[in-house]
Amino acid sequence: MPINPRATVTTARILSNRKVGAYHHIALEAGEVGKLAKPGNFIAIAVGGEYSAMPLHRAFAIYRAKADGVHASTVEIIVAAHGKGSEWLTKQSEGSQLRITGPLGTSFPLPAEPVNVAIIGGGYGSAPLFDLADHLKSRGCRVDAVIGASTSSKIFAPLDGKRTVNSVTVTTEDASAGVQGRVTDVLEELIERQKIDLIYSCGPMAMLKAVDEIAQRKQIPHLVSVEEAMACGIGICMTCVLPIRDANGTIKMSRTCIEGPVIDSECVVWSGGIPEGTWGAP
Amino acid sequence: MSVVDLSTELAYAKFENPIFTASGCASSGKELSQFFPLTELGAMVTKSIMLRPRSGRATPRMAETPSGMLNSIGLQGPGIDHFLEDDLPWLLETGARAVVSIAGESVDEYGALARRLRGVRGIAAIEVNISCPNVENRGMVFACDPTSARAVIETVRINIGGEFPIIAKLSPDVTDICAIAGEVINAGADGLALINTLLGMVIDPKTLKPLLGGKTGGLSGPAIRPVAVRAIYQVHSRFPKVPILGMGGVASGSDALQLIAAGASAVSVGTASFGDPLAPVRIKSELASLLIHHGFARLRDAIGVAHG
Repeated sequence: MPINPRATVTTARILSNRKVGAYHHIALEAGEVGKLAKPGNFIAIAVGGEYSAMPLHRAFAIYRAKADGVHASTVEIIVAAHGKGSEWLTKQSEGSQLRITGPLGTSFPLPAEPVNVAIIGGGYGSAPLFDLADHLKSRGCRVDAVIGASTSSKIFAPLDGKRTVNSVTVTTEDASAGVQGRVTDVLEELIERQKIDLIYSCGPMAMLKAVDEIAQRKQIPHLVSVEEAMACGIGICMTCVLPIRDANGTIKMSRTCIEGPVIDSECVVWSGGIPEGTWGAP
Repeated sequence: MSVVDLSTELAYAKFENPIFTASGCASSGKELSQFFPLTELGAMVTKSIMLRPRSGRATPRMAETPSGMLNSIGLQGPGIDHFLEDDLPWLLETGARAVVSIAGESVDEYGALARRLRGVRGIAAIEVNISCPNVENRGMVFACDPTSARAVIETVRINIGGEFPIIAKLSPDVTDICAIAGEVINAGADGLALINTLLGMVIDPKTLKPLLGGKTGGLSGPAIRPVAVRAIYQVHSRFPKVPILGMGGVASGSDALQLIAAGASAVSVGTASFGDPLAPVRIKSELASLLIHHGFARLRDAIGVAHG
């Protein structure tokens, strides 16, 4: 199967860039990238401008994407400025041009039947889940969201996103919004109450692992969108790897930019470290 | 519009143009083929193939540094069986020229890899990676020791016969790169690949511990370009008849031309592809324009012009 068959390198233009809590919401005029994107895909952005000393791509989950005609589209991303590259990006003004590559990676598989779904987002990890919720709703699914963060400014739950889902439970560790605690503190009760059939989660690895423990115990299928540090986003740098079990049971240090970011949690080896006999990526 | 003859050769292997991928920066070609036809490249240099499947190192495997990056991948991959069954046939099917890079943990492993490649049709040349810094034991960096470097190249030469040109990839982390170059040339290398990454380390300012899973990593990107230009210049000066595949921080046609002027017959693009999948084709077209600008009708006339 070809790798990233819908991806192109495009010069995108910033349509808007505004602060949303602790994050920046950036909308891009993105050529065909947004037209071809599916929920869960990501884009890679070159940062630093013409004389950049930052040679590596920065990867961002697509928050929303829509076609604006035959060869035009809008792609929206949520940026947390936690390094020099993302900080540079948050400072770019409307009209600035960026070199972007996408859409990249796997997308969220959608259930064939209308089932009860929980979407679990940690920090800005909730960004790709609202577009997913929209698709789930149009298939007749019930969608309950749990959005957690350390503090309220790091909760990303826009109003129109909240409108797409049946319920939103917010958790913060410092009790500045919603329920005090973590997403996992409210998840089990939600699973029981809404008879959840399927879980999608996106956020820090520790959260994904904790959600997976519950999903496994309750025997509920769980799809995760992982965020590993990557240099390229297109499968050539071999840095964003995770031990993942393939269909034959072989564990490989697989590239989360190609095999992911959306992965069936059952295939991920969550134990940490590299198990004996693990293969490298292709 | 003027045209320029970009064709080049490394020993008895001929290539339509001098822009190659760099080993370990393009896997075996499938990923970049979405962005441009691999036949646009002079050659696709595969990642270094090992005898057996290898997981590579734990994450984090990467740290961006000023105009560069540090990686500690650790020669990961599924091994030569998978490569010969799947990756190489696919690559040859595209019509691209293939330079196969190999890496072993011992002299015998290099010999075994060479035997597996002997008789495989369609390979343009073999790059023998004796300089990867991402190995468990730094003592395994064959290219840091003249005796080990010679032993590996002799073994590959004996096992592969005269079928393909052998390009020995050297480390810049040595006191006298010409001494190592001399050893591998005497051992039967037809050409040299200069340079592999430089060994480096980043300490996480928060934890005050090494940031990479492998603690040390290989430094690549524009930060090391002057080191590459220096190494190529020194080696070409001493061994002007031995072709050099140059690499190290090439991100533009002008960078590629620097390496060519220093003595490289072809140039690999590595880290630049991480931030721009189209970098190799862009660099090729920029190089062609620059050669015309400098009045060269043929790339070959520009090789080593910085000397004398």
